Amino acid sequence: MKNKTKTVYEAVENIKDGAVIMVGGFMATGTPEIIIDALVKKNIKNLTVICNDAGVPGRGVGKLLSNGQINTLIASHVGLNPEVAQRMNTDVEEDKLNCILIPQGTLAERIRAGGSGLGGFLTPTGVGTIVSEDKQVITIKGRDYLLEEPLRADFALIRGSVTDRFGNTIYNCSTRNFNPLMAMAADAVIVGTEKIVEIGELDPNFVMTSGIFIDVVVGGEKPWQI
Amino acid sequence: MADIKTIIASRVAKELKDGDVVNLGIGLPTMVANYIPKGIEVIFQSENGFVGLGPVPDKGNENVDIVNAGAQYVSVIPGAQFFDSATSFGIIRGKHVDVTILGALEVDQKGNLANWIIPGKMVPGMGGAMDLVVGAKKVIIAMQHTQKGKHKILKECTLPYTALNVVDMIITEMGVMEITPGGIYLKEIRSEFTPEQVQAATGAELIISSDLKIWK
Repeated sequence: MKNKTKTVYEAVENIKDGAVIMVGGFMATGTPEIIIDALVKKNIKNLTVICNDAGVPGRGVGKLLSNGQINTLIASHVGLNPEVAQRMNTDVEEDKLNCILIPQGTLAERIRAGGSGLGGFLTPTGVGTIVSEDKQVITIKGRDYLLEEPLRADFALIRGSVTDRFGNTIYNCSTRNFNPLMAMAADAVIVGTEKIVEIGELDPNFVMTSGIFIDVVVGGEKPWQI
Repeated sequence: MADIKTIIASRVAKELKDGDVVNLGIGLPTMVANYIPKGIEVIFQSENGFVGLGPVPDKGNENVDIVNAGAQYVSVIPGAQFFDSATSFGIIRGKHVDVTILGALEVDQKGNLANWIIPGKMVPGMGGAMDLVVGAKKVIIAMQHTQKGKHKILKECTLPYTALNVVDMIITEMGVMEITPGGIYLKEIRSEFTPEQVQAATGAELIISSDLKIWK
C-alpha cells in the first residue's frame, strides 16, 4: 500500500482562503495541533470551520479564531472559549464571527451521514425548539422528528495516536470523538499523528479508521502538556 | 450544615439504581458521583465518547487523552470503553442511558426544560443537552429551587426550550418533585420547610402528595 507521509507544510499546501474545514477534537482533546499551527502560519482567511467547539484560546481551533481566520464556525458548544462571544458581538464588521450552533448528537450524525452517502436522517432532538426553525418535521409512528441534512467539508484535519504510512489509524482514549466521522466526510483528509508505524505493523483488528479515507499522514503530534 | 449543592447532589444520588447507566451534566450534577449509596453500582457515560467514567485523578497522574464532557481530566474504571461521537449519541438517543441529571434555568409544569441560552446574554451552545434529555429514559433536574428568589419552576418556561415534555423529576434544596400529566407533585419535603414555603418559592401550582415524605 502507498506511503502517504508528507511534511506538514506539504500537507496544507492546497488549503486556501474560504475553505470549509472539519477539525476533530473535543475541547481540543483529539485536535491535530501541528496542522492547526501550519494553518496559522499560512494565515489563510475566511474559513468555515466545523468542530464540536471552539477549543480554548491558545489550543486547537482557538488558535485559528484568535488569529482572525474563521468567518463561520459550526459547533455544538462554544461557552468555554470567551473569544467566541467577543467576536460574535463585535462592531468591527470584518472581525464578526458567524456562529451556527447544532446539538452535539445532531452534529455528529450529520457528519456521519455526510461520509456515509446518506441524504439525511430523522432525529427527535430539537423538536419544538429554536433548532427546528426552517426544518421539516416528519411524523413516524406518532412521534415527531426533524429532518437533518448531511454535512461535508473540503478538508478534514484529524488527529491519530498511532497511524501507519497508508493512513490506518488508532485513537487513544477520548481523543477519538469526531475524528473517525470527519475522516469519511471531507474531500481531502489529513491526519496528524503521534506515532507513525510501517504498513503491516498495526493489527487489522484494532484499526479504527481505514487508510482508504486518508490522503496525507503527518507525524510529530505531541501529547498535550498540562 | 452541608452546603446546598451537597444537599441536593446527595439526595439525587439516592434515585439511582444498581446497574444504571448515568450521564451527569457539568456543575452540581457532576457532584452526584460522590454520593452513590453503598452497595449500588452505577456506570457513568461521558458524551464525548466513553462509558466507565471514573474519578478525577490526582495532580500529576492525569492522562491527557482522557477528558470528560466539561473538559476536565478524568479517569476510567476497569472495563471502560471508548467510542466515536456518533456511537456515543446513538447510546444517548437510542435510550441506552437510564438516567441523565442536569441543571436548569427554568422547568415548567409540563416538563418542558430551558437550560441552554439566555438570548442576548449567554449563548454557550446546547452541547449534548438537547440529545440527552430527549434520549435518556429518565431526566432528573438538580438545581437550587429559585435563582436568588426568582422562580425557576414555572407554569410555562419564558426562555427558549431545550426540549418539550422531557423532565421526570426535579430535586432542589426544598424537596423532591415529580412531573406528571396532572401537574407537579411534591413527593418529599425537607424538614426545614413547610409546603406553604415550597409553594411560595414555586411559580406553578404544586400538588401536595397525600403521603408527603419528610427528607431529613
